[in-house]
Amino acid sequence: MAYVAPAEVEQIPPAEVEDVELYHAKSWVTKYVFSQDAKVIAIQYSATAIAIGLVGLVLSWLMRLQLGFPELFDFIEPSDYYQFITVHGMIMVIYLLTALFLGGFGNYLIPLMVGARDMVFPYVNMVSYWVYLGAVILLIVSFFVPGGATGAGWTLYPPQAILSGTPGSEGGIILMLVSLALFIIGFTMGGLNYVVTVLQARTRGMTLMRLPLTIWGIFTATVLALLAFPALLVGAVMMTFDKLLGTSFFMPALVEMGVYLDYGGGSPLLFQHLFWFFGHPEVYIVALPAFGIVSDLISVHARRHIFGYRMMVWAIVGIGALSFVVWAHHMYVSGMNPWFGFFFATTTLIIAVPTALKVYNWTLTLWKGNIRFTLPMLFALAFIVTFVNGGITGLFLGNVVVDVPLSDTMFVVAHFHMVMGVAPLLVVFGGIYHWFPLITGRMLHEGMGQFHFWVTFIGAYTIFLPLHYLGFLGVPRRYFEMGETNFIPESAQDLNAFVTVVALTVGVAQIVFFINLFWSLKNGKLAGHNPWKACSLEWRTAHVPPRHGNFDDLPVVYRWAYDYGVPGADEDFIPQDVPPDRVSTGKGEV
Amino acid sequence: MMQRLTILAPMTALSFFGAAGNAFAGGRSEPWQMWFQPAASPVMERIIEFHNLLFVIEVSIVTLVLGLMCYIIVRFNAKANPVPTKTTHNTLLEVVWTGVPLLILMVIAVPSLNLLYYADRIENIEMTLKVTGNQWFWTYSYPDHGGFEFDSVIVPDDELKEGQPRLLTVDNEVVLPVETNIRLLFTSSDVIHNWAVPSLGLKLDTVAGRINENWMRINKEGDYYGMCSELCGINHGFMPIHVKAVSKADFAEWVETARKEFAGAGGPAPVRVAETGAR
Repeated sequence: MAYVAPAEVEQIPPAEVEDVELYHAKSWVTKYVFSQDAKVIAIQYSATAIAIGLVGLVLSWLMRLQLGFPELFDFIEPSDYYQFITVHGMIMVIYLLTALFLGGFGNYLIPLMVGARDMVFPYVNMVSYWVYLGAVILLIVSFFVPGGATGAGWTLYPPQAILSGTPGSEGGIILMLVSLALFIIGFTMGGLNYVVTVLQARTRGMTLMRLPLTIWGIFTATVLALLAFPALLVGAVMMTFDKLLGTSFFMPALVEMGVYLDYGGGSPLLFQHLFWFFGHPEVYIVALPAFGIVSDLISVHARRHIFGYRMMVWAIVGIGALSFVVWAHHMYVSGMNPWFGFFFATTTLIIAVPTALKVYNWTLTLWKGNIRFTLPMLFALAFIVTFVNGGITGLFLGNVVVDVPLSDTMFVVAHFHMVMGVAPLLVVFGGIYHWFPLITGRMLHEGMGQFHFWVTFIGAYTIFLPLHYLGFLGVPRRYFEMGETNFIPESAQDLNAFVTVVALTVGVAQIVFFINLFWSLKNGKLAGHNPWKACSLEWRTAHVPPRHGNFDDLPVVYRWAYDYGVPGADEDFIPQDVPPDRVSTGKGEV
Repeated sequence: MMQRLTILAPMTALSFFGAAGNAFAGGRSEPWQMWFQPAASPVMERIIEFHNLLFVIEVSIVTLVLGLMCYIIVRFNAKANPVPTKTTHNTLLEVVWTGVPLLILMVIAVPSLNLLYYADRIENIEMTLKVTGNQWFWTYSYPDHGGFEFDSVIVPDDELKEGQPRLLTVDNEVVLPVETNIRLLFTSSDVIHNWAVPSLGLKLDTVAGRINENWMRINKEGDYYGMCSELCGINHGFMPIHVKAVSKADFAEWVETARKEFAGAGGPAPVRVAETGAR
């Protein structure tokens, strides 16, 4: 077993660039609406993402009601049902999780944690949010055009996405594609900002290998997104051409309701490749920030160094790289050459290795720790269990042959909801409980938080475990009005009804979380400067909450972000900007 | 709704009855069935076997992690372990725990990839069935038996006869012989559909402009049901599959009547695909 050597005093080089004046807001509008402060933009991103996420939640209730009680809710037509499915998926994956992790957490934490005054391009950062808002509004508008929103499933597979047999094939699909394109444009502006800020605006002494893992996660995810989203953009543009101009990128010769169309020569599978070339990295665009945040939460609340920091960094980077060579495992039943299946099954299995490493390191970080069961810690622990659980069902789906009976069944629904729905959301909650004191200066209410945690954690399992079972029975996904078919026996239908009731209950219980947010804003316990006694720079600002420009004098970094329990130190932690020669005297340096 | 609630109570008793009476005999799921539907083809038998191996591995891993977490929570909480350790890494441990998952993955990959090739193609194809997906019904043709073809459309609820399963009954079921290596060709006239029969271990997209190939061999006579498994528009949920497996003799007889019944509906000159294409 190796032990940490006390950090040596090192020469910190002088600043390479002068501190530049930030934009000074002249009015309330430029301060809070068209703000160029990354922290305000972060709140705008988060609020918008959570608001649209709530729309997605309500859509899922409507779907569950239809699945659970088809007779009672027979006013939900099949076209409505498919629209709900499609928009629910789109919202949750892209407009909620991607925007919240990168636009929300990224904007707030990157400048603070790397010791910068703001993002490198504050103006572009502001535009990024407003373009994102435009994308969200377009998505909502698509519900109100003739024909309604698209019902093509969130995967938008052509030919059906643009043919009349699918709801929303008139205006809905166009708005959906334009909204996606807008999102990607907005994200690219933000994403370039995050990458450049991490690479160029770190404070003195903040080497890459001293970055908190949160930043590594968000940084790597942003790089993935910058590389993956263009594939979706291309797909969206081509499909728009197919629909509006009559090109045949994705359209073979085919009939539509018995009438031959003018299309010919295109390949529907081409779109699937483009979509999943984006779609699989997308899983990790959501997961990697979650990995990073969880690592930090665990370390802070167990008062332990992160175990195997370098390995954690390389695992994040490795997972990110591998995520670009596994995309076709979403297409095992599309009729691919076994060679293809061979390749993608192998890469899919290999990605389990760095993922397993992360789980080990989290476990070893907790091992012999001094675990405080604070709310962020509870959510982090719940994440580990849920992620292992949800990830491991991917072993069934990653093997081509076992995927055959399970593909397109409720098992798949259960798998991805566990691994990229519930698990990242647990981290979102954990992150909010952790950083709320920094953002507002007040703690969230503990009791309400406990209630929220247990209902969410246990509720998620009660909802999604039965769906795995339904998948084994062969219950297909995306089916309207299953009711009793004998294929799906009565017992399974009763289970469906049960799941619906639980899903509604857990969903409604989230109100407690929002009450907590608003109540604590005014009445929460005052947090003070560093309530969790964390080492990273975001807690080292002169003011809580930090003001525009973040720091009075830019901090200088002497150590990594995980110096907990260093021998000889007065406190059980040493913040990153405390020089080694000031630790030994240890006069209340907090 | 109320009906459902009243059913809930005696459910367990009913399910025992169902299991004993074996009313469905495979081909679709039974009340309170655990796991997959019973296998009716050699491929599905192997899939279930392999799945069982995976299941043991996965449950062990999850149990291990869950156990570790519980131990950690009890043993290393703030009260039980006031002084945290300073260990940052341990090279031996890190090498071992990278090696172990790799080994486990090898154990999984070898049978998995073997089975992948087995499920893809087989020699000695005896006949061919061509499946065409349409919005929203299936068209089946028998190129090796004179090339006749017919549509298979769902029977609506109000026309169901006694004993016919809801949403699974079609007007013309696809009749196939047992213990015969059947080549399956899949295509579509419009959007992407997916021809899936769980008990036969089959699920493959039908894509316009492409032909996908697979094979199957049905072990015993019976009715096997499946459903479209790729979102194909508004009536995606209403294009079931009903495979009726009969003895070879009965099949020959059925072919004779079917030829007459569906005469004229078929494609061009009959071609024996099976002989020309077999590897």
